[in-house]
Amino acid sequence: MGIRFVLMVNKQGQTRLAQYYEYLTLEERRALEGEIVRKCLARNEQQCSFVEHRNYKIVYRRYASLFFLVGVDDDENELAILEFIHLLVETMDRHFGNVCELDIMFHLEKAHFMLEEMVMNGCIVETNKSNILTPIQLMDKTS
Amino acid sequence: MAGSSIMENLFQRSLEDLIKAMRLQLIGESTFISKATEEIRREIKSTDQQTKSTALHKLSYLSSVHGVDMSWASFHVVEVMSSSKFAHKRIGYHAAAQSFNDDTPVLLLITNQLRKDLSSTNEFEVSLALDLLSRIATLDLARDLTTEVFKLLATARVFVRKKAIAVVLRVFDKYPDAVRVCFKRLVENLESSDPQVVTAVIGVFCELAAKDPRSYLPLAPEFYRILIDSKNNWVLIKVLKVFAKLAPLEHRLGKRIVEPVCDHMRRSGAKSLVFECVRTVLTGLSDYDSAVQLAVEKVRELVVDQDPNLRYLGLQALSVAAPKHLWAVLENKEAVVKSLSDDDLNIKIESLRLLMAMVSESHVADISKVLLNYALKSDPGFCNEILDSILKTCCNNVYEIVVDFDWYVSLLGEMAMIPNCQNGEEIENQLVDIGMRVKDARMELVRVGRDLLIDPALLGNVHLHRILCAAAWVAGEYVEFASNPFELVDALLQPRTSLLPPSIRAVYINSVLKILIFCLDCYLLQNDGSGSLYSGNLDGRQSELFSVKNDTEATELATCGGSNYEQDVGFNPRNTAEPSEDLSVENGIDRAAMHGKTFTSNLLEKKNSMQESIVSLLNRIELIFGPLIANQDVEVLERAQNILSLVQLIKEEIIDNSGQSVDIMEKKDTRVSAIINSMRDAFTTELGPVSISAQGRVAVPDGLVLKDNLDDLQEICGDTELPSSSFGTGGPHLTTNSDASSSNLLNNEESGPLNECTSLIEHRKRHGLYYLPTEKSEIVPDEYPRANDPKSNSNVNDEAAELVKLTEQSLLLKKRTNQTKPRPVVVKLDDGDIAPISVKRPEPRDDSLSGAIKDVLLGNETGPSVSRSYPSDKSSRKQTEKKKLSTNGRSEMKENEVDAEKPDPESPNSSSKNHGHSKHRRHRVKEKSVEGEEHDQRGKKKSGHHHGRRKTHQRAKSPLNVVSQTPVIPDFLL
Repeated sequence: MGIRFVLMVNKQGQTRLAQYYEYLTLEERRALEGEIVRKCLARNEQQCSFVEHRNYKIVYRRYASLFFLVGVDDDENELAILEFIHLLVETMDRHFGNVCELDIMFHLEKAHFMLEEMVMNGCIVETNKSNILTPIQLMDKTS
Repeated sequence: MAGSSIMENLFQRSLEDLIKAMRLQLIGESTFISKATEEIRREIKSTDQQTKSTALHKLSYLSSVHGVDMSWASFHVVEVMSSSKFAHKRIGYHAAAQSFNDDTPVLLLITNQLRKDLSSTNEFEVSLALDLLSRIATLDLARDLTTEVFKLLATARVFVRKKAIAVVLRVFDKYPDAVRVCFKRLVENLESSDPQVVTAVIGVFCELAAKDPRSYLPLAPEFYRILIDSKNNWVLIKVLKVFAKLAPLEHRLGKRIVEPVCDHMRRSGAKSLVFECVRTVLTGLSDYDSAVQLAVEKVRELVVDQDPNLRYLGLQALSVAAPKHLWAVLENKEAVVKSLSDDDLNIKIESLRLLMAMVSESHVADISKVLLNYALKSDPGFCNEILDSILKTCCNNVYEIVVDFDWYVSLLGEMAMIPNCQNGEEIENQLVDIGMRVKDARMELVRVGRDLLIDPALLGNVHLHRILCAAAWVAGEYVEFASNPFELVDALLQPRTSLLPPSIRAVYINSVLKILIFCLDCYLLQNDGSGSLYSGNLDGRQSELFSVKNDTEATELATCGGSNYEQDVGFNPRNTAEPSEDLSVENGIDRAAMHGKTFTSNLLEKKNSMQESIVSLLNRIELIFGPLIANQDVEVLERAQNILSLVQLIKEEIIDNSGQSVDIMEKKDTRVSAIINSMRDAFTTELGPVSISAQGRVAVPDGLVLKDNLDDLQEICGDTELPSSSFGTGGPHLTTNSDASSSNLLNNEESGPLNECTSLIEHRKRHGLYYLPTEKSEIVPDEYPRANDPKSNSNVNDEAAELVKLTEQSLLLKKRTNQTKPRPVVVKLDDGDIAPISVKRPEPRDDSLSGAIKDVLLGNETGPSVSRSYPSDKSSRKQTEKKKLSTNGRSEMKENEVDAEKPDPESPNSSSKNHGHSKHRRHRVKEKSVEGEEHDQRGKKKSGHHHGRRKTHQRAKSPLNVVSQTPVIPDFLL
């Protein structure tokens, strides 16, 4: 399983989106998120975007007030994951138009939906923005 | 009240309302959430689908972002999932994906719903069901829905097909037999022209190949085509990962792919792809020099890049390369060293690792020095990283890299002095270990130990206690190398030792005992006046030093000795004034050396002053240890008591003699010297390193029943309280004073309070089963090497010769002048210095999965229960082989060739041999009544694969039938 989880966390360390591709109990999730947030948010711009934590490698990137953190297996390609994060942000940007933290808060299910289109079972299955967004747009139209 | 409930239904808060309200709330987030949850609990019971699904929507939001428990709502989730309205269904599926796990009871209820949705014509519904399945599939779900997934693997709707492909990974994982149904279609998808499908399927194969690469060798042609044709970087990265796993297994494959990989490396502008190529080359294709060269070039660009990410990855790539291509690291030495002062801790640690990989015996001293200076300046975390890596590197393979142990020992001492040092335990182990292994280093060890012991400030640092423990042990054990034993005793007796934990205090006390014995022994020998006086370990220097000590301190000691109870006053300042005194002692040495000749004539005078110092020593010990009789810790108490009674005994004799003439003294008190002699003999037996497998070589005594299940120990442990921890921390020094005949358990009992004695006897009678019979505990098999085994010594000599050669070589490289002596002998045991690397290869976790895949790939589709190891299978395999794998005569030959290349245990020919062998083994193992590895394996299989029951059962019956098959490597590779 390449990607184990995707987190979006704001500057204050509040989780805005959490998607896990393996089962963890709520307590485990909360502990893990806390540890990761403490570790990653303390780092500055001059430091690299990769942190090893437990048996995960965490690749993170900051966009404005939001941190995107992706936990991956040890042999995953870090740079590719950074590109994946960027793709995710671009996709959300295209859908919401200049995406911000509030968009994700109020449209969490849409953000989840995009992620579901892109990643399945920890594998990236789709990297084309219009392919990702077509189903959402269709659903928006029908409902 | 009724009115309000209607209002609630009509004006139910939507998720958006909830989020807005949460942002505005003033009552505190947790209160707000618990109120909202209560509200949801009410709403979710509603019969109205809209109300219910909205409530669930809110709940899953709260659960995912605020960690609210939603397991209680699982039945409602199922209800919402089965709604006919897509918007509701979506909420239900999402909630299920988020909250269900293997233990959710309602899981049984959703099988039909999932089946229905998987076969739906609405592709969004199918997609929802697939997504859920990919998260929560259990054995049952996977088994029951395999057919539906199989159908979707070939559907024309790409949107659904790619998801079905991704789901397969989970289905295979849970239900390996699904491979027989689905694998062919999965492989067909590899050839699809649709980029979306290829992206999904290569992701799946990348994961599958990571677990068991060998099974996928036959698919190499398909992967190769993707490597050549694909334009999608993501796909290329994944396929490179697959090849990185496959290439080491089949050298012809490497030859074939090395060019395309290099092509990508040269041409691609995407850093991620280039980096993946580099990684593939360094891990999978490291034998192809030109490729490695190219990769290292790329790495060089990375390590000097502005972007910290690229620098980090560059360093990581170098550490991948380091074991095989150290030159790559050496070429980038400057960049590596520069990274040591990077802003980023991660980069610093990587660079440190690389630096240690570069270290060789010729410059380990220089590098360590630089690093140590660096550690002093770094923050505590990194400082300890540095110390840790120096320690680990140097002790690697029994100090392979260390030539000059004096240097290394003093380095350890310096490390201990670093204020942030938290590696006490490792330093402790190494100090003791070097003491036991390297005779030539003992002098320096004692010196370093003395420096540590004598500094009262160090006693206050908790992290240093372990090091002090080692120093105290070394000082006691190798006291014959000490320049001044009295000084050591002073250090060990200083008042601040009360800050030490009892277990370490006990070591201190024991060391005092050893030093005392040593001093008394010297004293008695001197009284003998025989010519062989200092011929042994004590050279003439010893006697000089004694007198030097007396010269400088005699007056002070005399006053102390006279008045026992005023001593504490005089004692303290002497320690704090140590440095200057130290200097004078050293001056004294010079003086003494000059006047060395005159000492023999002054023998009598010396004897008197020596006696004075001995008496004062005894007095001091008595004074300091007196209060310890009331100590809480049994270990401290017992040792203090022992030493005190000894002191009393000796004091009587010596003080009686003190006033009298030399004649009487020379009559020599037989009682005291007999005691001292025997104790000295006990302590002079040298301790050696203990083989790590020593315990295993102790035969299990006859009649001892070893129970697998120790549950009934619980009740025994319940009714007695064993003396706590003090034994655990004792370490190797414990063996010095406990006579080996008594096992630890017995020791435990003896040290317990006396009044428990009778109850213990009773207790033993009841539970005698768990104790070793006393008379048998001494049985040690012959093959166990004694500490000073001549056999191992000869071995060491050979090694020493080799090492001398090595050092000569390294001396040529060195500019340092002070390293003129050869590397001292390091005692190495024949075996088990290092924990043995487990001989048994770990059972692949998903053995049944890879087995199934092999079956499918190699065309053996006769069903799950057919054993795969029949040699006759080969023909049928060939017949059903897929066309594109084009098996012809040549490939058969190749197959045999590959067979021959493979290590014995895996080729079918050797299976019978293998079988017989392990059978024999098991037999033998049984005789010894030790749990055998065969048993272990079987046990593991039984418990490990609770799914795939049928197959496990079969395998458990004939555990050795599992012989991995040689995949057929198709023609194209040649």
